[in-house]
Amino acid sequence: MTAPHVSRRTILKTGGVLVVGVALGAERLGPAAAQTVPNADRFLGKPLAVDRVDAFLAIHADGSVTLFSGKVDMGTGGRIAMRQILGEELDIPLERIAMIEGDTALTPDQGSTSGSYGIARGGTQLRVVAATARQTLLALAAQRLGARAEDLELADGVVRVKGATASVAYGELIGDRAFGVAVDPKAPLKSPQRFRYIGKSLPRPDVAGKVTGRHRYLTDLTLSGMLHARVIRPSGVGATLRSVDESSIASVPGARVVRIESFVAVVAEKEWDAVRAAKLLKTEWNPGPALRPEHATLFQSMRASQVVRDQSIAKRGDLSALATPGAGVRTISATYGWPVQTHGSIGPSCGVADVRPEGVTIWTSSQSTHRYQPAFARILGVPAGRVRVIYLDGAGSYGQNGAEDAACDAALLSKALGRPVRVQWSREDEHGWDPKGPPQLLELRAAVDERGEVAAWQTRAWLPVSTANLPHNPFLAAEAAKIDQTPGRATGLIYQNVDPPYTLPNVDAAVHWIPDAPLRTSPIRAPGKIANSFAVESFTDEIAALARVDPLEFRLRHLTNPRGVETLRRLAARMSWQPRPSPNPADPSAATAKGRGLAYVHYKHDETLVAMGMEVEVERASGRIRVTRVVCAQDCGLMVNPDCVKAQVEGNILQTLSRALHEEIVYDRQRVTTVNWATYRILTMPEVPAIEVELIQRLDAPPLGAGEAASAPVGAALSNAVFDATGVRLRTVPFRPERVKAAMAAAKGTSS
Amino acid sequence: MATVKMEVNGAARGVEVDDPQTPLLYVLRNDLGLTGTKFGCGLAQCGACTVLVDGRAVRSCSTAASAAQSRRVTTIEGLGSPERPDPLQAAFIEEQAAQCGYCTSGMIMSARALLAQTPRPTEAQVRQALAGNLCRCGSHVRVIRAVLRAAAKGGR
Repeated sequence: MTAPHVSRRTILKTGGVLVVGVALGAERLGPAAAQTVPNADRFLGKPLAVDRVDAFLAIHADGSVTLFSGKVDMGTGGRIAMRQILGEELDIPLERIAMIEGDTALTPDQGSTSGSYGIARGGTQLRVVAATARQTLLALAAQRLGARAEDLELADGVVRVKGATASVAYGELIGDRAFGVAVDPKAPLKSPQRFRYIGKSLPRPDVAGKVTGRHRYLTDLTLSGMLHARVIRPSGVGATLRSVDESSIASVPGARVVRIESFVAVVAEKEWDAVRAAKLLKTEWNPGPALRPEHATLFQSMRASQVVRDQSIAKRGDLSALATPGAGVRTISATYGWPVQTHGSIGPSCGVADVRPEGVTIWTSSQSTHRYQPAFARILGVPAGRVRVIYLDGAGSYGQNGAEDAACDAALLSKALGRPVRVQWSREDEHGWDPKGPPQLLELRAAVDERGEVAAWQTRAWLPVSTANLPHNPFLAAEAAKIDQTPGRATGLIYQNVDPPYTLPNVDAAVHWIPDAPLRTSPIRAPGKIANSFAVESFTDEIAALARVDPLEFRLRHLTNPRGVETLRRLAARMSWQPRPSPNPADPSAATAKGRGLAYVHYKHDETLVAMGMEVEVERASGRIRVTRVVCAQDCGLMVNPDCVKAQVEGNILQTLSRALHEEIVYDRQRVTTVNWATYRILTMPEVPAIEVELIQRLDAPPLGAGEAASAPVGAALSNAVFDATGVRLRTVPFRPERVKAAMAAAKGTSS
Repeated sequence: MATVKMEVNGAARGVEVDDPQTPLLYVLRNDLGLTGTKFGCGLAQCGACTVLVDGRAVRSCSTAASAAQSRRVTTIEGLGSPERPDPLQAAFIEEQAAQCGYCTSGMIMSARALLAQTPRPTEAQVRQALAGNLCRCGSHVRVIRAVLRAAAKGGR
């Protein structure tokens, strides 16, 4: 028996031919039936170590190039941006580049495609790889052409002697052979003055397929002999199966039941038979323990919860002004809450698995194929090297939705049945069982002196604690099937940005980590930062209003980061911001109140800088908020493809507006009750505001990430605009009409 | 076992279904291999499965295949191809009006039905026609622009 890594070594020893001689390892891995690049399996056995150029790159005899990317493109534009980076540093036309993504047998492990690090880290890594390859090509060409490397230049896939006709194509120099070199972190990068591809808004290669129905998604994958399955979820979280009445699906002759402990599924040759059988199957369950904290009192319970541990996020200066405010010093405090929300993928999760004795292949739209390879292996009881996990596009997930769970469902079923299995979750499965964005509660206090200066700022956040060193989010299927796995919870880095982005002298920001979350959690876009920035930037506005200072001026007074200042100033110019304190002094008796608001975020305090402004109308009679205009200025450093960045900004704005205006997962003592789009509303076309995006390109700076940052200021910009319009401060999301109306009525009650 | 006969993207097709209530979605995707139409909710709430039946936009997840008997069904594949996109699809490419793209087929089919009825819609009409098509990535503003662009070019 030869393990793949041994065969790799063989290849290198024998001259590094990538296209043949890899069968020893290959035979034991499942076929890449659905890889997006034809004949991708010819690369099996190739190097995967992230410090090797060959892990990322193969140049073929015909001059075409294959890019092996551990980072995947979930609709964000990585598919073009990665090509732009590679094409730039290597001087090859982009149409010659094929790209294989997130295949544990073929791509290097660059970590999950998450945290806005696709380009910021994955792209930066690729740029260095390509720059290293460039040096190798120059050295090879120098030998071949009998010239000095410094007399050579690269252009469109050939190396040529400067000012002469002698040239040699990359394919001739290295075609299908290994580079055999380590990635050189010091390899010289192309100067931005010479950029041909980086910085251009080139169209994405997958859009034409997506708009013509030809693009192949995971959910479209069909394998020979494949069965369709639907998993029967328990009556509630933690419920155990008491009985299954198999006769209840007798009217669907093509379907049968698979049961492993409390894991129950129906399978059929035809998908509709599986759907029908899943609806008909009668099961009885013993309920699990009641969910806690209860939904109706979630935030109160979090506030009163025992604390696992405290974590100080920022501490400087003297906080005594809060406890003993001196003469003329006023103190204010406010509590902000963000509810449980779902990722809300438009397509419910899907997983396809082919578990064979000789090897396992799992197709998934996971952001983390490499990370989940050992997880699936452990659940199936096979060595990780026997498991190949291949990424295929799903509906956008914006964090970890049910993708990994659906893949685990499919793997267990395929193992039990000895055939490839496709599991398609229902809408109810996805809303009910995807791991959720956790609830967040923040309490802020400040002391404001007579000049309107912040004498002290305190943040206390109550957040559900993540489990240290959790290998992966526990699988629903493994839990039901009683397969051993490490229990625990993952939420992402939800403590970031609980402290203000301003140079205030006296700050104390801390997190109280609490043990309970009502439902399973996972990272959801910009984990934690959306709720934290909502609280911090709304409270900043509260302080400015108390001090009767214009919200923009108040922020600029306390901002020293020049890039932050520029971002805010650009926003203000674009909005024609008129300096005045909030609220808007306009006629309070008008049927519609109009206002404007802004918020500023320095994402994670060292990444992308975003300033966001909104204009809203609030219908007093109904409490309905209409967002009419959103303006965003963003500095995310180098933008490889500005239009893709713009699309991310637009997406961040609209998705987070939806979350702030409408979204809240409701659950009873057993399970989620908002399991469809009627009970869990999201933003619709008629509500979409005009959006203006101003992007600051910095060709000389590192890329800072665009996938998340612009979502962080949305909640506060909205809340601040509503305050400006109505004088009413909304501190709990979602801002549904009844809540807004009640807040306005309460404010009227107090003021009259 | 029943045979559903219909015209799909201009060609006569016959499909055997065990259950006449089988939604058109499964017949299109699994029996005819037209996977451009997507399953989103099975509840007619999201629009990802939208196709045209006799020119009208319907939710194929909640339309029995038998209801399409003897009718003209048009799916996203029936409009154009990546090489030869129809004008509406070309406008979507021009505007790069898709991120994950999962809702896109449904968006385009709904917009197609609108443009057939109302070749020069206002922006408000476009928004209203697409009110039942949900998008999570936030491509809405590009989708609206793409439909208006196609309309301005007389693209149906």
